[in-house]
Amino acid sequence: MIELRYFAWLRERVGTGHETVETKAATVGDLIEELKARDEGYAFAFSDLKAIRAAVDQDLVDLDAPIVGAKEVAFFPPMTGG
Amino acid sequence: MPEIIVQADPFDMGAMLNRFAARQDNAGAVVSFSGIVRDVATGDLAAMEIEHYPSMTEKALAEIADQAMDRWQLADAFILHRHGRMGQGDTIMMVATAARHRADAFAAAEFLMDYLKSRAPFWKKEITAGGAAWVAARDEDEDALSRWQQQGS
Repeated sequence: MIELRYFAWLRERVGTGHETVETKAATVGDLIEELKARDEGYAFAFSDLKAIRAAVDQDLVDLDAPIVGAKEVAFFPPMTGG
Repeated sequence: MPEIIVQADPFDMGAMLNRFAARQDNAGAVVSFSGIVRDVATGDLAAMEIEHYPSMTEKALAEIADQAMDRWQLADAFILHRHGRMGQGDTIMMVATAARHRADAFAAAEFLMDYLKSRAPFWKKEITAGGAAWVAARDEDEDALSRWQQQGS
């Protein structure tokens, strides 16, 4: 089981900020493919991978990063702090 | 040890800067930057809402501050960033750096700003009479990071 978090417009498109999933995905990218296959909402939310950033256990990572053993994976658009 | 504050409440930037400066014993230079809510896009901005990723935010900011401490001769660094709803003219965030010499303090403050704009988990949403819209990240913000990377980190 892995905790998923979504932020900003990704949260709005997916329709939740938080969920727990069972996954066999080895990487962040594999997990995205699993989520996109679920329904149109997820497919739309993740349609432009250039606009997706991810964090594994609160560390920013590339989409090919491994998630094996991770507790929490977060997805969000490019950050706009400052 | 850099100080990081993440809060919803408004703050007094002058008071925070005085507090930061007062705890330095041998820094000849203190530099600060503050970000203010402004109405760029529409002319009818009612409010700005900033979402963040609570369990990651402080950690990401601390890592950015630690990188600055390693890279320049800094005595201290300070980052304060708000989240939640704020109005036009409100102070969103500030950074401050202290060093023996001003070149380090200026460069490190700019580095902190460049990194926290696109590497700290905050997302701005503009609320106007016509609705709400997420602020898009700008390519220039991403480009601003490359100059620090080219200098070899």
